[in-house]
Amino acid sequence: MSEITVKVGLASCGVAAGAMDVFNKLTEYLAANKLPVTLMQTACIGMCFEEPIVEFSGSPLGQMHVGKADPESIVKVMEDYIAGIAPQSNVILAEKLGGRHNELLANQQRIVLRNCGVIDPKSLADYEASGGYQALKKALSMDKEQIIEQIKASGLRGRGGAGFSTGLKWSFAAKAVSDKKYVVCNADEGDPGAFMDRSALEGDPHNVIEGMIIGAYAMGADEGYIYCRAEYPMAIEHLKIAIDAAEAKGYLGKNILGTSFSFDLHIKEGAGAFVCGEETALMQSIEGKRGMPTIRPPFPAESGLWGKPTNINNVETWANIAWIISNGAEAFHAFGTEKSPGTKVFALAGKIAGSGLIEVPMGIPIRDIIYKVGGGMKTEKPFKAVQMGGPSGGCIPAQLLDTIVDYDSITATGAIMGSGGMVVMDTGTCMVDVAKFFLNFTQNESCGKCTFCRIGTKRMLEILTRITEGKGEMADIETLQELSENIIKGSLCGLGQTAPNPVLTTLRYFKDEYIAHIVDKKCPAGVCTALLKYSINPDKCIGCTACARKCPVSCIAGSVKQVHEIDQSKCIKCGACLKACKFDAVIKA
Amino acid sequence: MEQDFKKLDAILASYRGKKGILIPMLQQVQNEMGYLSRDCMRYIANAMQIPAAEIFGVATFYSMFRLKPQGKHIVRVCKGTACHVSDADGIKSALVEALQLPKDENTTSDMMFTLMEVACLGCCSLAPVIMIDDMTFGKLVPEAIPAILDKFRF
Ligand SMILES: Cc1cc2nc3c(=O)[nH]c(=O)nc-3n(C[C@H](O)[C@H](O)[C@H](O)COP(=O)(O)O)c2cc1C
Ligand code: FES
Repeated sequence: MSEITVKVGLASCGVAAGAMDVFNKLTEYLAANKLPVTLMQTACIGMCFEEPIVEFSGSPLGQMHVGKADPESIVKVMEDYIAGIAPQSNVILAEKLGGRHNELLANQQRIVLRNCGVIDPKSLADYEASGGYQALKKALSMDKEQIIEQIKASGLRGRGGAGFSTGLKWSFAAKAVSDKKYVVCNADEGDPGAFMDRSALEGDPHNVIEGMIIGAYAMGADEGYIYCRAEYPMAIEHLKIAIDAAEAKGYLGKNILGTSFSFDLHIKEGAGAFVCGEETALMQSIEGKRGMPTIRPPFPAESGLWGKPTNINNVETWANIAWIISNGAEAFHAFGTEKSPGTKVFALAGKIAGSGLIEVPMGIPIRDIIYKVGGGMKTEKPFKAVQMGGPSGGCIPAQLLDTIVDYDSITATGAIMGSGGMVVMDTGTCMVDVAKFFLNFTQNESCGKCTFCRIGTKRMLEILTRITEGKGEMADIETLQELSENIIKGSLCGLGQTAPNPVLTTLRYFKDEYIAHIVDKKCPAGVCTALLKYSINPDKCIGCTACARKCPVSCIAGSVKQVHEIDQSKCIKCGACLKACKFDAVIKA
Repeated sequence: MEQDFKKLDAILASYRGKKGILIPMLQQVQNEMGYLSRDCMRYIANAMQIPAAEIFGVATFYSMFRLKPQGKHIVRVCKGTACHVSDADGIKSALVEALQLPKDENTTSDMMFTLMEVACLGCCSLAPVIMIDDMTFGKLVPEAIPAILDKFRF
């Protein structure tokens, strides 16, 4: 009998969904029973909505993924699989999701995530078996300029958000003359609602490290840092294991693979500050200071970490390098558009059915991402907008769903490509509230150096709060626009320069919602509490007193079998009555 | 007081003479002490010959540094975008209610729990999410909160 392999996805998302219990159960069972099974752990294969996911392979049934695995039933599924009995179709992902499963796979293209959820991220041997470190070997036999030319020719653009040509950036750092140079990997991923870099690091840390070694060689750097946010303990753990293993094998450290090239790599844990994702602030933070951005020029390529030439790239950018060196620039151009070649990883979240991690070729319409790859909306509530680019980005409305994913097309909508967070919103989401949410975020995270960013965002937040409380005026819209312009002009770094984007895009596409709040004192999505009114429909109320008993401020009057009534002057709009009523008699408007 | 901080000497010694140490050093000290008190920061300043203002500046800049004593368990409620549109506010209210936090405080009076907000835990596909110590809980509804907290009341 051929050996059967069982893989459990143990990335953060899987573990949070209970994958560890599943893994432990299988470990226990296999320890007690001798079975021809190899149990492995892997990371995230991207279908987070179905976690915990277990992959079976090696029996005549072929490869099979089981979704929403639970420790109680998984042993039976495994035994069946070994015996060649197909498990019930409601546990097999491909059957459960039907056509959607094919769409999900057919519309993706995996370069960055090629090993994620396939190999054991803690095993260097696994990475090597899938072609790992071959690109490094190839690179070390190439001219440094040749490598940089190759990256330039690939057209790879920085995946951290701004989309600057990676090859060009490398050429600046390579030209800088210095006794010491650094390369840095930006794994700060502060954008709320995004988890691409976490998954890439958890799932395939060696791929990022290999990219950095190649970059360091090409640019002449001998030391590197991975700046990872502390909220990602598993990513840090996997990186540590990977760095140790790579050092032991001679991929890192002195005289790499017998050449004269040496490179040391360190991990720096962030300490919780969004602005530290900005490159100059990040370097301040590595130096142990407050992470406040500095004026550019000088650019990091001339004067970065400790005043030395430094090249900083995003996790996903680094994760593309080994593939490009192995497969060539032309192969990379086979995917994507002329000006944005390659693929992009997106984190789908919010009101979408298939939330998770996907990698698609650039040039795909956003509509296909949401409806084909993402499986459409989570509930019956229709699509309203997709937020891209986090606090620096904007909301793309339904009428622009055919916009294709490339840097320039997305920028034209007023949003930005950003790092890859896509938060899908339905009609239950209030766009003014979303704008307020982001302004609250940037206002909190502004480092305080620039007046407009520090105080301007605060004023904008105050105005938005007023509007959501029904105290707005039409003149507020103009003030918001004016403040936005000034904040953009008067801020030193990208945080301030892009902070107004969430307000500007919602004003552009959802102005009517602002007006509804200001003029009609209504929140069409029913989110802004101050504008809500709970009342009881006398035709439906049977007088069961369920709501009155739940009301925390006892503002519902009415005795048994009598129609109840809410005292509007006392109501705190908590919604407890709405949840308590079994007869749909409570109206929220 | 001095005496309490003597145990930090070994930690501090391991950082002496190295570059870019302030943040990791403070992180390690915080792990040891639970939080960074003013006296503690002064002690470090003297021992390491770093201006106290610089240490205080860094400690107040980063959200990870805690300047007050913390509860035994840290409860982080995610307020990121995905969680926000999936009723993170409801989860937060349920936590505040179940923990019976004193007004304007984020640590329970029995010092068992400290409640913090975080901008995203990177598990957005499971929104809304909270993290207690190192454990993440996803796809939450407010009603599930009390039972989850009970698991940590020891
Ligand atoms: C406020 C702010 C936050 C940022 N956060 C990140 C981040 O979390 N991750 C990242 O890779 N880049 C972030 N950036 C972009 C970086 O400054 C920088 O452009 C990027 O790391 C360059 O790498 P790339 O060329 O590979 O994209 C941020 C920029 C700003 C202004
Ligand atoms: S938004 Fe809550 S985990 Fe990302």
